[in-house]
Amino acid sequence: MTPLKIQRQHLRGGWLSHTVLIVFTLGSLLPLLWTAIAASRDNARLASTPPPFWFGGNLGNNLRIAWTDANMGKALFNTVLVAGSIAAGTVLFATLAGFAFAKLRFRGRNILLVLVIGTMMVPPQLSVVPLFMAMAELEWANQLQAVILPMLVSAFGVFFMRQYLVQALPTELIEAARMDGAHSLRVVWHVVFPAARPAMAVLGMLTFVMAWNEFFWPIIALTQDNPTVQVALTGLGQGYVPDQSVIMAGALLGTLPLLVAFAVFGKQIVGGIMQGAVKG
Amino acid sequence: MTLSRTERARAGGPVATTEVKAPPQGPRPSRRHRWDARWSPYAFITPFFVFFAAFGLFPLIYTGWASLHRVSLHNPTEMEWSGLHNYTRLLEDEFFWNALGNTFTIGVLSTVPQLLMALGLAHLLHARLRGSAFFRVALLTPYATSVAAATLVFAMLYGRDYGMVNWALELVGVGPVDWEGGSWSSQFAVSSIVIWRWTGYNALIYLAAMQAIPDDLYESAALDGASAWQRFVHVTVPSLRPTILFTVVVSTIGATQLFGEPLLFGGSQTGGGSHQYQTLGLYLYEQGWFSFHLGRAAAVAWAMFLILIVVGLVYWLIARRLSKSH
Repeated sequence: MTPLKIQRQHLRGGWLSHTVLIVFTLGSLLPLLWTAIAASRDNARLASTPPPFWFGGNLGNNLRIAWTDANMGKALFNTVLVAGSIAAGTVLFATLAGFAFAKLRFRGRNILLVLVIGTMMVPPQLSVVPLFMAMAELEWANQLQAVILPMLVSAFGVFFMRQYLVQALPTELIEAARMDGAHSLRVVWHVVFPAARPAMAVLGMLTFVMAWNEFFWPIIALTQDNPTVQVALTGLGQGYVPDQSVIMAGALLGTLPLLVAFAVFGKQIVGGIMQGAVKG
Repeated sequence: MTLSRTERARAGGPVATTEVKAPPQGPRPSRRHRWDARWSPYAFITPFFVFFAAFGLFPLIYTGWASLHRVSLHNPTEMEWSGLHNYTRLLEDEFFWNALGNTFTIGVLSTVPQLLMALGLAHLLHARLRGSAFFRVALLTPYATSVAAATLVFAMLYGRDYGMVNWALELVGVGPVDWEGGSWSSQFAVSSIVIWRWTGYNALIYLAAMQAIPDDLYESAALDGASAWQRFVHVTVPSLRPTILFTVVVSTIGATQLFGEPLLFGGSQTGGGSHQYQTLGLYLYEQGWFSFHLGRAAAVAWAMFLILIVVGLVYWLIARRLSKSH
């Protein structure tokens, strides 16, 4: 046997691999399917055994109640705004800083890069008390900028863009643009952004998902009058609306946009996570 | 954005050293040009550092300062010096120790099986498979489900009277289990939500690292007569050591911060009737936003920060020992 054949043999997945993977896939997807099933029933059916295994006819009604009573409509609008702003800000600032760390030479660069990596280790939840005090002082409580601004930059993003640009952006290209007399902003616009576009797209998607699901700080900074999806769902979970099937309809509404995004961009998101992993 | 294997391996290797030299080697660069080349790098990194200083570093330090004061939720701008009182009170509070213990047990219960399963799944995904792209996306789907949505659904599945889990257990003659009411059962249930959300994500991270392992390592192991299991233990796992350490560190940070799952599993900040699954994050929330003592909440936050530093040091020592012994 040639080495190549041995290797192929080692790499081929048999029926056992497939079975295990299918079991885990079902475990990943069935709770979501069941969410939709529960959301299509009514409270009485959910309070009986055996639990429902197929769809009922109450989905539209439950979605309507969740939309109005649990403020899910406003929550979805707010969350798109918040997650979109955070994703845009993170991508822009991370690309600028990542470019500087990848391709420009300046005093203090290495120590500043170490600082960026160090900040990844500090969990933002430890800062909620002073943030809350500051928001009270600024009278920003319950306003969307209170949850956008603290999340607008990400150390992971800077590191992600730096690692991408180190290999994806030819140094000669920057030098050539400089020789032609382009100043730095022109270089960024005409050379860096085009080269960084694939990584910017992936970082934007990852950040959007993360911001959509951000939990601790929005719970503290916002109320049910002006919620994000997570805040509205917390209201549901804390007995704001006692109907279980409506709670499931809310969970479905709050998750569906991301599931659609995953169905469309799943491959790119998977690629982005894997790429960030090898380099990070 | 998919890279070929060689590109990935190169990206993981030493960082490229070519850089733009400032000022550029043009004929007589103008003063404006030199000024631009010298200062523009700082302009590019300034937004990140300004925001980080304002919303990351300053609040972290100020948390320490606030923890030395009496601060009421009703009047958060008034601070009254109280020295170490918040900390001594914390150490005397049995619910703090209870939350610390719960955070530890839920952390172990969620992290260890999660990473072991992720490692196994990555190994399976690494093989040549039909539908491998589908499996990767499907296994990542729970990651797109928010803490809140996932916990609300699992709380129903674990329901005592009409939950799917108890229904299935009774089919095989076990139960019913009062998942939320029991101490171990509730911690197990909360851990399972974490495991459900993060196993696929970690599997992808391990898979990426596996794809960067050079094929000839496997070839020579196979030529030496190593079985598939031996190749996994002696080639795959050692090559993944940095990645495993990375995921352990990230999962630990996540575990110490656990908040949404225990909050929504029972719907209350106490983490169950007898605080049986109250974590440190939840305890912080209770102290600050239900007992109205922001100073105490700040003391909890700093205690969590110190715990993280201690855990980080322990990991560092273990990692150093491991790399010495190999």
